[in-house]
Amino acid sequence: MSAVAVDRRPVVTSGGSTLPNVTRSEWTKLVSVRSTRWTLLVLAAATIGFGILFCFLTNHYWPKASAHDKATFDPTSTSFGGLMFGQLAIAVLGVMAVSSEYSTGGIRTSLTAVPNRMRFLAGKLIAFTAVSAVVGLIVAFVAFFASQPFFAKRGLGVGLGDPDVLRAVIGAALYIVASGLFGFAIGTLLRHTAGAITTVVAFMFVLPLVVNAFPGSWGDAIIRYFTSNAGQQITYVHQSGNHLGPWLGFGVYCIWFVVPLIAGAYLLQRRDS
Amino acid sequence: MIEVRNLTKRYGSTLAVDDLSFDVPAGVVTGFLGPNGAGKSTTMRMILGLDRPTGGHALVNGRPYARCGAPMREVGALIDAKDVHGGRSARSHLRALAQSNGLPARRVEEVLEMVGLTAVAKRRIKGFSLGMSQRLGIAASMLGDPQVLLFDEPVNGLDPEGIQWIRNFMKALAGEGRTVLVSSHLMSEMALTATHLVVIGRGRLIADMSTAEFIARSSGNVVRVRSPQQADLTAAVAEQGWSSQEVDGYLEVTGATCAEVGDLAASKRLTVHELYLEKASLEEAFMELTRDSVDYHAGSPGQPVPTAEVAS
Repeated sequence: MSAVAVDRRPVVTSGGSTLPNVTRSEWTKLVSVRSTRWTLLVLAAATIGFGILFCFLTNHYWPKASAHDKATFDPTSTSFGGLMFGQLAIAVLGVMAVSSEYSTGGIRTSLTAVPNRMRFLAGKLIAFTAVSAVVGLIVAFVAFFASQPFFAKRGLGVGLGDPDVLRAVIGAALYIVASGLFGFAIGTLLRHTAGAITTVVAFMFVLPLVVNAFPGSWGDAIIRYFTSNAGQQITYVHQSGNHLGPWLGFGVYCIWFVVPLIAGAYLLQRRDS
Repeated sequence: MIEVRNLTKRYGSTLAVDDLSFDVPAGVVTGFLGPNGAGKSTTMRMILGLDRPTGGHALVNGRPYARCGAPMREVGALIDAKDVHGGRSARSHLRALAQSNGLPARRVEEVLEMVGLTAVAKRRIKGFSLGMSQRLGIAASMLGDPQVLLFDEPVNGLDPEGIQWIRNFMKALAGEGRTVLVSSHLMSEMALTATHLVVIGRGRLIADMSTAEFIARSSGNVVRVRSPQQADLTAAVAEQGWSSQEVDGYLEVTGATCAEVGDLAASKRLTVHELYLEKASLEEAFMELTRDSVDYHAGSPGQPVPTAEVAS
């Protein structure tokens, strides 16, 4: 290694740090770390596995179910019971897509290569959305088709042709994407992995349990609009009167990640890296 | 070409960089020198747009770095070799960087070859030694074959072979007409690589001159002379008003040139066995210059730690 071989090639052409190039780069970064593969595997296993389990148990205990339970039974959303856990996996991935840049110091290398910070964030956002949309669609359809057969014997199951079912299945994929983006937004805002994951778990998992116990009309309003309570409506075929409609609910869920994302983008633009 | 103009960075009540202005010319290695905490890294991060200046600005090839359309074609930088995601392989890391600027995929293999990491390109960076990480950082900085290069303490933690390699590498880059700014807190390191020096202390400019001039200006140069009539020579030197002291059988004269001492000896008909100029080492010159601007002195027991501001 004593000989010095400095690059003497005449011209290296650069396509520039355009948004498509930055997005490709962020895609590569996302899929080239093991933690992404593991987290997506947990997402798939939890969502599909629990979906199958819930459908199996619902079918098994059907004769013992109450009349009310039978009247409000929603076979589609039962397939997506595992989203309660799957949403955390994708949200954690969303957090780490951003926070790992800070925990490793890679942010300085990234922003040296792409000094336009908004383009950097936009590329990362698009790449993450694309990865979670692909995985979300696969997981949603597999969870649906793998768990509906358990209802076949009793004729309780539904197919994609039934009213609103396709919307709910695609809705489950959208819910996965939006949950990931919630993590992404909190990661952008807080920058620290542990703090961001704690915040995400609190907002998506713990606080809804607390909030759902709120009494009175104030309580009802909070229940309706609170993160996953609102977002999950898009995975239901049978809407209960207490909640928002599927698309309105999903829209409210999107506000939950858009606001911290805008705040995070503002801080990214202003802060030292 | 890098132009730094009135660059200032304040963290709360601390002034990390204080109204700093200097140019980094193309074609030579410019050493960016200062004690630890002098503001070198902060200045470099501001040049790269990573930190926002409190005041002033830095231009790379005539414009702020953040405005570059193809940043990696213009500037390559190694700020901290550990600023990478350890879970990624060396090749994936470089591929992602190349993609971000639309650089051809072959460049990844070329720079891996250049720094000698081809054999370990599949390994995750987490397992790299500091020397390997430094090489990877240099490979990344060379992806876009840039005109301007910034290296922050590139030889830190390297073995002698690695240090030698980086020195030659930087000289070769400058030899090709590129702009090379390399920081260090070790003067001796800069003496071997840098043609031009920018010296700072406590965020302020102390010197901006060629390395040769820097050494020449340092006050520590002495003429060493040895004579069998040492006592007579000492008396003659004292008559001229030059100060001298005897060290290891030599007379060390300050305030005179070799020619003056030689002429004096000849006029007094004194035999001279040896006569030469001992240049102060760069390290001494550097310590002399920055003595008053070091943040953390190692004070000797019972002695107050000097806290005077920069004397320059």
